[in-house]
Amino acid sequence: MNPAPPTLGAEPQSPTARRPRLTQGLLGLVVLVVLAFVLDVALGPVRIPVLTVARHLLGHGAAADTATAFIVHQIRLPKALTALAVGSGLGVSGLQMQTLFRNPLAGPSALGLTAGAGLGVALVMLTGGGGASALAVRQLGLAGSWALVLAATAGAASVMALVLALAARLRDNVVLLIVGLMVASVTGAIVSLWQYFSAPEQIQDYLLWTFGALGGVTGPHLAVLATVVALGLGLALASAKPLNALLLGENYARSLGLRVRRSRTLIILSTSLLAGGVTAFCGPIGFVGIAVPHLTRALLGTADHRILLPGACLLGAALVLACDCLAQLPGSQITLPINVVTSLLGAPVVLWVVLRRPIRAAA
Amino acid sequence: MSLAPPPAAAPILTAENLTLGYTVRKKVPRLVAGPLQLTLWPGELVCLLGPNGAGKSTLLRTLAGMQAPLGGSLAIGGVPLASLSPEARARQLSIVLTERIEASHLTVQEVVSLGRHPHTGWLGGLAAHDHAQVQAALAATGTAQFAPRPVGELSDGERQKVLLARALAQDTPLLVLDEPTAHLDLPNRVALLRLLHQLARTLGKAILLSTHELDLALQAADRVWLLPATGELLAGPPEDLVLSGAFAAAFQREGLAFDIATGTFELHAPTGPPVQLLGDGPAAFWTRRALLRAGFVPTAGPAAGCVTVPAETGAGLWLSQLPGQAARAHSTIGALLQALRNDFNQLG
Repeated sequence: MNPAPPTLGAEPQSPTARRPRLTQGLLGLVVLVVLAFVLDVALGPVRIPVLTVARHLLGHGAAADTATAFIVHQIRLPKALTALAVGSGLGVSGLQMQTLFRNPLAGPSALGLTAGAGLGVALVMLTGGGGASALAVRQLGLAGSWALVLAATAGAASVMALVLALAARLRDNVVLLIVGLMVASVTGAIVSLWQYFSAPEQIQDYLLWTFGALGGVTGPHLAVLATVVALGLGLALASAKPLNALLLGENYARSLGLRVRRSRTLIILSTSLLAGGVTAFCGPIGFVGIAVPHLTRALLGTADHRILLPGACLLGAALVLACDCLAQLPGSQITLPINVVTSLLGAPVVLWVVLRRPIRAAA
Repeated sequence: MSLAPPPAAAPILTAENLTLGYTVRKKVPRLVAGPLQLTLWPGELVCLLGPNGAGKSTLLRTLAGMQAPLGGSLAIGGVPLASLSPEARARQLSIVLTERIEASHLTVQEVVSLGRHPHTGWLGGLAAHDHAQVQAALAATGTAQFAPRPVGELSDGERQKVLLARALAQDTPLLVLDEPTAHLDLPNRVALLRLLHQLARTLGKAILLSTHELDLALQAADRVWLLPATGELLAGPPEDLVLSGAFAAAFQREGLAFDIATGTFELHAPTGPPVQLLGDGPAAFWTRRALLRAGFVPTAGPAAGCVTVPAETGAGLWLSQLPGQAARAHSTIGALLQALRNDFNQLG
């Protein structure tokens, strides 16, 4: 049954020769993430020398300097770790969505998860009991409120359940993309309607949430976020082979023995954990999910998801850490909302990708 | 070209009383074709021919497991297709579809490597044996020199060969291609069919393809599956189907007349005066075609007009004679046609 010995083959040429280059690329990204991480801890209203940061991170912090130790361990380190989780989660989730939907502009929000989380938060903030939660927001910071986290999680989870139920019935991924966008649209409209009938202070609280924030995710919150993101990344790794097959289109993928619906469920589950978890704790953070996959592909020059997934994970982390450094506005006491910085950086990247295409096709 | 391999012990694909069609919204199933009795043997190239709408695509989709049959049995390698897991099916059967690959940034090497998907582990890593299979597929299709190029930059003919290489890398005993010659120019169509014929011989695979290239299919196919619009499939060596008249009958509904003598479809249906054609060889063949196009009906027996073709190609004169006139000589077919038209017009 297997009468095709590779007799006609020339000697195996260079598919393996590219590996070292890709491995070097990934190692380079690891270095970039470490640098951005140290810099992110160092920068802020109180600047801490990089060497001191390194000593603290390696566990050799001078015991006498308690103020610095407090800032590093209680504020900066959790924030940098949050940035790490946010960046890797959104980058990987964006890559999965772009390949699943074969759409270069798809992102973590394509399935309506972000909008679902927004609806959950709006539910808490804009309804009658809003006063209490708003108070909690002011006192504890945005992410400090379990009520908000739970509401956002519930919102994202219900959208995920809806999309998963539909995904099991649909044969075509493109239809699923339209469904996701419509769910996002309807959810956004409900939130708008709610805002229209709400008091200005409540709207302001909600707007504050939509700015996104990396700070304030500490202790148990950080543990939960890290667990959810790690789980999502693990599932993402298992989706590398299906994603590669899906590059050829669903029909070819099916002919290669891929169980398309099962793979789709795996991918959606992974993305939901990543994007839903991040949005629940940090609010909507735009453009990272769309921009990082494009940057990763351009940087590593491969379409192989076994390389791209870790690449997007690392590059996403580096990018969000860098954005957080910029958000500190070096040399000032002001901290910009993270969502504003990522969008300011991300939109030009998306433009670059869109404008680059016809030029390459003509060349 | 090597001779066909000796008959194999077992067919790769067998179908008994297979009926094809669609079930729309759980209502009454719509029968497209069937019941069909089919067999595919290792080492043979089979062309699926038939007019549009006869169900060629439906048949291929059903055989490839992309669509469930309405009834009957279908087995690959002796195992019912429905009982095979997707992975096991992918190791028995590979396909080349008409749809384009949208990921135009994938390199040829990457596309062909994806053919190894059903043979690799959960992460999809390629072992030495997999790399060897990929290289063999690239070499067999003559695409090794494109390996580092993105598929988006290839010509239609090159891309079709790459898709074939991907299917070969999948290393399946059965290969199904849906209209692989569409969008190709004539030299590429000829080259592709020749390549497929060679691959069936050298690799011992069963290759099934649908095509509208009737002339080429009649030359390249070991066997033809003829699916007329009536839905009853006829199978056999192309020559048998032509001589039995089955081939002509299958395309008659489309208003096409198949000429058994020349193996071509008649483009013209002449209604003009009959002309006796004397002589043989290439000159007679091409003169006959010219007469047909000009509206005359060439005949072997005596007729109103008579044309004698030169005995040697490239030299000699065409003679034309009409009743009550002297024979006239012409140095080209163009001049002959001109004279015939004038003469018959004068006759009224």
